[in-house]
Amino acid sequence: MEVPILKQSPHLITTIQAALTDADLIRLQDALVEQVGRYRSKGVIIDVTALDVMDSFATRTLRSIAHMIKLRGAETVICGIQPEVAFAMVQLGLTLEGISTALDLEEGLALLNQ
Amino acid sequence: MEIETKVHIGSENDIIEARERGRTIGKIVGFHPVDQTIIATAISEIARNILFFANQGMMSFEVINEGNRRGILIVAQDAGPGIPDISMAMQDGYSTSRGLGLGLPGVRRLMDEFQVISISGKGTTVTMKKWVAEYD
Repeated sequence: MEVPILKQSPHLITTIQAALTDADLIRLQDALVEQVGRYRSKGVIIDVTALDVMDSFATRTLRSIAHMIKLRGAETVICGIQPEVAFAMVQLGLTLEGISTALDLEEGLALLNQ
Repeated sequence: MEIETKVHIGSENDIIEARERGRTIGKIVGFHPVDQTIIATAISEIARNILFFANQGMMSFEVINEGNRRGILIVAQDAGPGIPDISMAMQDGYSTSRGLGLGLPGVRRLMDEFQVISISGKGTTVTMKKWVAEYD
């Protein structure tokens, strides 16, 4: 499933709308890393509100995306992690240390525009 | 309601299928939404292990009763290479694949009961249970 990336200058906003396969996540990663350069974006928001599971692969890929975006000169904010998802991630031992997170899209944009 | 209680794991889509099946059954059994997510996450991790290490396998789900407790039993079976050293694989920080080094120990923390039986060259069976908790 293709994840749409919205250009909201100077940022890119992507909203994950359904459970993604590992291959979908890698495609999203490649698209974001490329588009951040093409559109000279300052920030990237990844909205994961609709994700009902964040397992080790998804967490690791999101972390990789944020690090790659950083190396490309932009900031990433992951927003919308649901309370029960956060609970399961902590139990499993998954963290997003060093990566900006926000409650929702609005807070995420506010964080990037600071 | 009749639910197919076995999911063949042979592709990434099957991982999603398995965890959605687990969540559905968890809901019927009466698990709290947080625990439904925990069960789905545990299934996702174990299903991915099957796909990475054994290419394919089977996950089955069963509603279980013990006294006045209700729960879910999940059995994951594959005929892959097996885990050479289970006690080592159960230690936090150990990983042989693309994992974070917390595959099995992490899943064990999510579930109430967790058992791995692995025979080198024959395959691995993971059995895990979770009981419905009372949140009062």
